[in-house]
Amino acid sequence: MLRYLSSRILSLGLSLLVASALVFSVVELVPGDPASFMLGTGAQPETVEALRRQMGLDQPLPLRYAAWLGAILQGDLGTSFTYKTPIAGMILERLQVSLPLALMALALAVAIALPVGTFAAARRGKAGDGLVMGAAHVGIALPNFWLAMLLVLVFAVRLRWLPAGGFPGWSAPAAALRSLILPAIALALPQAAILARVLRSALVETMGQDYVRTARAKGLSAGQALRRHALRNALIPVLTILGMQFSFLLAGAIIIENVFYLPGLGRMIFQAITQRDLIVVQSAVLVLVAAVIAVTFLVDLAYGAVDPRLRRP
Amino acid sequence: MIRLEDLSVAIDGRPVLQGVSLDLPPGRVTGLVGESGSGKSMTALAITGLLPDRARASGRVLLDSRNLLETPEAAMCRIRGSRIGMIFQEPMTALNPLMTIGDQVAEVLRLHRGLDRRTALAQARERLDRVGLPQPRFPLTLYPHELSGGQRQRVAIAMAIALRPGLLIADEPTTALDVTTQARILDLLSGLARDEGMALLLITHDLAVVAGMTDHVAVMQSGRVVEHGPTEAVFRQRRHPYTRQLFAASRHVPARIPPGPATPLVQVTDAVREYRLPGGGLRALDGVNLTIARGESVGLVGESGCGKSTLARAILGLDTLQGGHIRLDGQDIAAVRPMPRKARARMQVVFQDPFGSFDPRWRVDRLLAEPFHLTGRPPDWRDRVATTLTEVGLDPDDARKFIHQFSGGQRQRLAIARALIIRPALIVLDEAVSALDVRVRAQVLDLLARLQAVHGLSYLFISHDLSVVRGVTDRILVMQAGRIVEEGTPDQIIDAPRHDSTKALVAAMPKIPAGWL
Repeated sequence: MLRYLSSRILSLGLSLLVASALVFSVVELVPGDPASFMLGTGAQPETVEALRRQMGLDQPLPLRYAAWLGAILQGDLGTSFTYKTPIAGMILERLQVSLPLALMALALAVAIALPVGTFAAARRGKAGDGLVMGAAHVGIALPNFWLAMLLVLVFAVRLRWLPAGGFPGWSAPAAALRSLILPAIALALPQAAILARVLRSALVETMGQDYVRTARAKGLSAGQALRRHALRNALIPVLTILGMQFSFLLAGAIIIENVFYLPGLGRMIFQAITQRDLIVVQSAVLVLVAAVIAVTFLVDLAYGAVDPRLRRP
Repeated sequence: MIRLEDLSVAIDGRPVLQGVSLDLPPGRVTGLVGESGSGKSMTALAITGLLPDRARASGRVLLDSRNLLETPEAAMCRIRGSRIGMIFQEPMTALNPLMTIGDQVAEVLRLHRGLDRRTALAQARERLDRVGLPQPRFPLTLYPHELSGGQRQRVAIAMAIALRPGLLIADEPTTALDVTTQARILDLLSGLARDEGMALLLITHDLAVVAGMTDHVAVMQSGRVVEHGPTEAVFRQRRHPYTRQLFAASRHVPARIPPGPATPLVQVTDAVREYRLPGGGLRALDGVNLTIARGESVGLVGESGCGKSTLARAILGLDTLQGGHIRLDGQDIAAVRPMPRKARARMQVVFQDPFGSFDPRWRVDRLLAEPFHLTGRPPDWRDRVATTLTEVGLDPDDARKFIHQFSGGQRQRLAIARALIIRPALIVLDEAVSALDVRVRAQVLDLLARLQAVHGLSYLFISHDLSVVRGVTDRILVMQAGRIVEEGTPDQIIDAPRHDSTKALVAAMPKIPAGWL
């Protein structure tokens, strides 16, 4: 296990380093130089020159990368050009919305997909399977903004159970949670549908395996064999999808954030792009990339926990 | 006591078992022989109530006068694993890869006896000891991937006998194992049947295994038991024509012309191949010397892991040697990397698994024409495909079919056709007939002999089983731990083995007693 863990940690560190270099150099690829790009075509040459110095663009590239990386390691992501505030604080504030939202949506997706996928696999080829998987098909096809608007109409406008949008902040935890429920459902349903389908097909495959037949020969009922033997083996492909979904939910919630007026990370990046605030874009992308790499690392660890063949050489 | 009375099974209205009656009294070992599709495994599934959903069974399967065919599923679950144990053919996949062997054996005890985990594990320890997996070499915390095929089959047996069932069904339990392991597993099974007073139903296609193991035998053909009785009587008398056919096929020796003056085709000298492993190096090939003459059939025999397949891979250019030479027609082909196409086109291979060695999405013409990438596809390639199909006893119209439309024996013919189409000088047959039924095997061996006579082919037969290569080779090499330890004609090797390893292989060969024939 220790060997597995140390090899995963090493690869985590390397990935982060490579990612930081990539994110840093992408900004260098914008036409002209970042300063004139950020200020637009009508800017005064002196203003551009001032911004260049402020951004350190007069320094050589490797030096700038080293300085940037050093600052990041100390928690300094730079200052937003538009808002003149430290970016680290901005991102932290947005993460307070985006992270709980993503986690809620993911938990909900798993909570729905696990029983639904198992149910469909256990009744493979029968009416229940067809019904559930048909519904999942629709769930995947539905655009989530449409689902979001529907939820708002039913639960906020008509029934008035939950707020239609906005975020009161975590100083009022109950209200904050309530305001995240509808967006989390809108995000979770299509993901749950994908997850349920993946789980079903993985389960159907593992249930055809010899060891499930062995389990039946031992006296386990079909349901017991499925839960005790097939399910854990089927979780391996499901974990892969789960990792990808979390990364998507963290930053891909941009449309949902707009529908519900949530001050999330997706909206911040979108605004920063329209305002050509490259420093914010760069830092936010780095944070997202780091999150994706961290989740991949966790998924790798989960593989190791599930599959003994990975733990021991 | 389990008794089958007039058991019939139909799947989608198509009969697969018809009027099978069989007594399985305690302490008796009953053999069930027949070819693939004769209904052997279906009989086992009907007894255990694990028939496919679409199957309909009639007749009676009586366990203490209770008809299992009418027993509800919940009650069947209590019977499976406690009154009837079952083991299957493929030990590599029969165990859950994510569970320790201790937990898998303990599961049976916990399920049926309601034991807590600790007590169940203690009893599992005892059962594993019984099947020859003792402490401290085989702790309960091992996972299946840490065991060999034979050891995994022992774990499966430990699970099946954990509750001392009255009946143990073993469906081809040793077909996937090499002969020496087979001998040990069969020994274990007959010991268990004797000591525990279990009825043992041994399903196999191997008549020699039945002869050595069983008291009674039932011969099955197309879903019916055509002959049954005490094994010796059935084997001596062979009343039914089908029994006689099976016997003839299992002892079939194809007519062969001995090769002419020996011109060497392949010469391997001092071949060395080492693998680096976490616990040190493994010498898979340790100074191997081997010559195959034109038109000659050479057998290469040894237990799994002795280096047979590594040697074959080296000859075919699929693996690199760290020392030594391989000469083809006098030219050193191991020295040049990658092996020149011209040399590769002179050698082709047929593998064991006729199901896994074809792309299911390609049609036969494309599959067969694939080796042409070594020589360039000739303009008349479609005619060549048709000719080759005829040569291996198939129809030229089969060229447009997909691989799933063929039986196992036909697929092996296709594999031979694929090897043959570019007219190689040598065909390596890596356990190429091991998975086939006796009658199909006899046909394929005849085909190989005929092709050899027509085209002057050389064969390298690789097998773990001496009885397979006996009738079809001019010379046999016995391999152990990366070395060739003995060499001789088939009769010398089998009738007067000198090396211990050869003696072990010969001793492990299942044999029908000479007096019965």
